Amino acid sequence: MSQFVLAVDDLVKHFVAKRSAFGRSLATVKAVDGVSFTLRPGETLALVGESGCGKSTVGRLVMRLIEPTAGRIVLDGEDVTALGETAFRPFRRKVQLIFQDPFASLNPRMTVGEILSEPLMLHDIVPARERRRRVGELLQMVGLQPSHAARYPHEFSGGQRQRIVIARALAVEPRIVICDEPVSALDVSIRAQILNLLKELQARLGLAYVFISHDLSVVKHIADRIAVMYLGRIVETGRADEVFATPRHPYTRALLSAIPVASPEARRERRILEGDVPSPLDPPPGCHLHTRCPYAAEICQTQRPALDDDGAGHATACHFWPTLPEQRDILPAEGKIDPRLERLFGAFAGTEA
Amino acid sequence: MAVDSPMQRAWRRLKRRKGAMIGLGVIVVMILVALFAPLIAPYDPTAQSWSAVRKPPSATYWLGTDEVGRDLLSRIIYGARASLSAGVISVGIAISIGVPLGLVAGYAGGLIDGVISRITDAMLACPFLILAIALAAFLGPSLTNAMIAIGVTATPIFIRLTRGQVLSVKAEDYVEAARAVGNPHWRIAWRHILPNVMPQLLVQATLTIATAIIAEASLSFLGLGQQPPAPSWGSMLNAAQRFLVNAPWMAVWPGLAIFVTVLSFNLLGDGLRDALDPRAR
Repeated sequence: MSQFVLAVDDLVKHFVAKRSAFGRSLATVKAVDGVSFTLRPGETLALVGESGCGKSTVGRLVMRLIEPTAGRIVLDGEDVTALGETAFRPFRRKVQLIFQDPFASLNPRMTVGEILSEPLMLHDIVPARERRRRVGELLQMVGLQPSHAARYPHEFSGGQRQRIVIARALAVEPRIVICDEPVSALDVSIRAQILNLLKELQARLGLAYVFISHDLSVVKHIADRIAVMYLGRIVETGRADEVFATPRHPYTRALLSAIPVASPEARRERRILEGDVPSPLDPPPGCHLHTRCPYAAEICQTQRPALDDDGAGHATACHFWPTLPEQRDILPAEGKIDPRLERLFGAFAGTEA
Repeated sequence: MAVDSPMQRAWRRLKRRKGAMIGLGVIVVMILVALFAPLIAPYDPTAQSWSAVRKPPSATYWLGTDEVGRDLLSRIIYGARASLSAGVISVGIAISIGVPLGLVAGYAGGLIDGVISRITDAMLACPFLILAIALAAFLGPSLTNAMIAIGVTATPIFIRLTRGQVLSVKAEDYVEAARAVGNPHWRIAWRHILPNVMPQLLVQATLTIATAIIAEASLSFLGLGQQPPAPSWGSMLNAAQRFLVNAPWMAVWPGLAIFVTVLSFNLLGDGLRDALDPRAR
């Protein structure tokens, strides 16, 4: 069991969207609707999907910042689903969170030193005398100076702030870090730096990441495994290279074909879904995608497809995945980038810390 | 390298506002006058003199005298003690009751919030001054009771303000982050939410001091505040109303003192509001 640092089993979260005058719920949003996944030590699992598909909710459920409606969360071999706020507190040393917006996730009235020493104090990780030194180490670990501890968050840039957020997450020496869109609020030029920092820290500290993102080009860069979510359910999961090379679910194919590529001449097949995402208040029955899927048949409207594993860890929730036409070249092969763009990338690569 | 805390930045912005700095200057002078009243006042504020009844302003009595020959300047100077302490102490009472209740209501939510908020609504439904008069009359006329009455009456303002601010700060990512690193609830409320609510509370406190000074003057005017012969601006106005035609200076000076003090607090409060506004750079 403990080969996994995190195992999530059939996790469900319903939000009440409308209440009657007496507080009874009239309508619920099934933000997370039976999500299961596992995470091995040192591994990166990417949760991808468009806005509102429930990927951030999964992150917050694992962090126990919100209470699950049903399902099980097993953290490092221990079932933590039923633990209350106080009983769960020691487990916060094992799993930490990196937020999307580095301008909102640091308390503006605390110095960086106070922000970083707080978790050290709360979990009694280093004695009070050594906290200053440890804060300095943490700052150096994320590429900042120990002298920055005396400053306030507003004195830093977005990229630097995100480094501080990462340092705070690492202060408790966690095994799992949930990265909730950690680079999507940052300038493109900074993204690579932060992603490389995350990778480097993972290699050094053996961290496991749950990497939540809607940006597939970022995911491709960092993920070992991928879970694609659509309207609260995982529709496809597998090794990242495999999912990128041979996507099986129609939704994954559409998602991958939407990645912009830096080679205008490349030939690629486009899979564009018709229509909008249905309202999560009233998702379609059966397979959630059937309203937009070009391959939909009758069974899709009534029966929810199971996440069907091919035996090699690549699972797809589609009734017809074995019979769908094989699809390659959704992403053009590497190395066909315009030489001018390559020089531009080179310029940014030089600035990476 | 200078450390630039959010409060220091706000102070820099406040210094650029003329109105606020004038207000602050007047308030500081008023406080000094109140503190050193015995050294500054030319006469004993309660000493009567039958040879100098209702004298207009002159070289001897700069602001004139009242109906029993007391020096108005000395009474204004001593009256500053009653007015300022009534303003500050009653707001202190309101804050020390209102802020914790608002913090609990906003942070805990649910039934606790429902109970606290409904009581607050009920109190706010009564006009401020009427409630203060009723309470003061119930407690009995004295300056201390007037302060308590004003303080209790001003409490719901602080409950509601704190609760609203807590609700908005509670939704910030850094509060979620504080929970994620393992802060207990009391520490989140105390260390992460309250400091971020303080600026708005400071603005409200400054403005409420102005209201409280008027309320004290009103209560004293009605005989429910400072008791004679001790001076207060409100009771001086009360005494003056019978002599408005013959000795208008008796009403003008305490009225002016109230006006200037209240205006100063309002100017400072407005300036603080602008200086502490996070959107202003």
